Amino acid sequence: MSQVTHGTSYPSNKKSFSNKLRKNYIGWLFILLSVLGISLFYFYPMVQAFILSLKSGMGANLEFVGFENYARLFNDPTFISALTNTFIYLLVQVPAMIILALIFSVLLNDSTLKFRGFFRTAIFLPCVTSLVAYAVIFKYLFAVDGLVNKFLMDLSLISEPLDWLADPFLAKITIIIAITWRWTGYNMIFYLSALQNVDKSMYEAARIDGASSIQQFFYITIPMLKPIILFTSIVSTIGTLQLFDEVMNITNGGPGNATLSISMYIYNLSFEYTPDFGYAATVSYVIVILVVILSFIQFKVAGDRK
Amino acid sequence: MKKVKRIFTYLFLSIASIISIFPFLWMLVSMTNKSVDVTQGKLLPGTHFIENVKGLFNTVDIGTALINSTIIAVITTFLTLLIGSLAGYGFEIYRSRGKDMIFNILLLSMMIPFAAIMIPLYRFFGGVSASVPFLGIDTLAAAILPTVITAFFIFFFRQNTKMFAKELVEAGRIDGLSELGIFFRIYLPTMKTTYAAAAIIAFMNSWNNYLWPLVVLQSPENQTIPLLISNLGAGYSPDYGLIMTAIVIATLPTAIVFFVMQRHFVAGMMGSVKG
Repeated sequence: MSQVTHGTSYPSNKKSFSNKLRKNYIGWLFILLSVLGISLFYFYPMVQAFILSLKSGMGANLEFVGFENYARLFNDPTFISALTNTFIYLLVQVPAMIILALIFSVLLNDSTLKFRGFFRTAIFLPCVTSLVAYAVIFKYLFAVDGLVNKFLMDLSLISEPLDWLADPFLAKITIIIAITWRWTGYNMIFYLSALQNVDKSMYEAARIDGASSIQQFFYITIPMLKPIILFTSIVSTIGTLQLFDEVMNITNGGPGNATLSISMYIYNLSFEYTPDFGYAATVSYVIVILVVILSFIQFKVAGDRK
Repeated sequence: MKKVKRIFTYLFLSIASIISIFPFLWMLVSMTNKSVDVTQGKLLPGTHFIENVKGLFNTVDIGTALINSTIIAVITTFLTLLIGSLAGYGFEIYRSRGKDMIFNILLLSMMIPFAAIMIPLYRFFGGVSASVPFLGIDTLAAAILPTVITAFFIFFFRQNTKMFAKELVEAGRIDGLSELGIFFRIYLPTMKTTYAAAAIIAFMNSWNNYLWPLVVLQSPENQTIPLLISNLGAGYSPDYGLIMTAIVIATLPTAIVFFVMQRHFVAGMMGSVKG
């Protein structure tokens, strides 16, 4: 997280030592609850999840198996599908959404454009829905007799209804379209506010030099927005790695396991199949490792282009 | 050439806006139609609204779900704001090397995927069930507790505290206020906008939360709105008019908050990058 670094100017007043000590002690009281809470509900469970990942068995009968669960991952076709699906979502959905959001924000940043407020509000609106609510709506929109098929047939783009949710490829597309619908406006708002801080004279200078709007986009907008693009792509990556609500409510992981996400597999292992908490914890550690690796790579990639 | 570009811009943004708004219009229209009409693709308002609402209250216990969701969201928002702002204030006003280090460690928890801690948390509350029944599995308290304290809100309040005039703290001390008194009497009233933005985000997160309630709340009388909608949607012969009514009811609180407090709403969403 890039926001972690602060200037290091610590308060150094000339008050008596005991007074300072007392204030320091009160300061710790202010943060005490949060430190305890995050330790109890985040860090301690993380340690427990790791210990759990070294055990196997059904329900409460767990026994220590070492790293056997981790080896099992490689021979588990369901896990491999879930991992592949998650990567497909990551590689297709995150870049598509970020590019779309960038285009919207650049178009809406033009102060001569009419109905800017309307367009901005409209594109942002999907953010007010709960994930479950919009997932159910998309499930119906993309049903065989749903409105999407009706619309595409009216436009003569397809001759007979597509079975969006029963076809492994189309089901993935449906999930990707749904997530993009929900989150593009959210990312756009970040870019719009960052664009307001970009010096307008840079664009003017570029225009005088004869740069087209596409060149301006690649040579001014993208470099200027790099920190915020990095931030949003890390947030989106972490979000996609944890994808659950949409898959659960639109396709329930199907057809077969064609849309299953890692989080949903963990849920199934723990609460749908015969509970195997040990192996579920192992799978959950894969997400942890992926979050760390992918965030690191994104930092590196963004850092190198400086 | 420039005019053509303009027309394309308007066309593109109009299509994007229609796609963004359409599901909302569809759910509003479908709320007033019979299930058959919805499946036949009727896009005009009907007269079945009252029947849908009645049907909804007769078939599922949406009243209880609304009460549960409200209780959970209100308590979560209150505690999140209180504990988060105390910590954000503490980290910034009583700054020290030790606290800065702890702050950075706490921030790491933002990278922890919920799926990774879900099972230990479930087992933890399962263990608590036997000795402290009101806090165990299938209680609203268990649905609330792990979601209350998050690094995001500590970070959010710390960032905003940077803009708070520190002289006010000194002034409070000279006036003889206690340290906690300064926080409640000076800091809290001056930071109203920050609290408003945080409240919106905390309320929305809690109102829309799905995975943890799904894991921890099992009996129908503890159902929340997202769980109810998910169950309705998973049915084999869904009554579309009825489900759309439920979805509109679920979306209403957050939509109202958005339209009434748009400025705070956006400020809240962006809170993490400001400052």
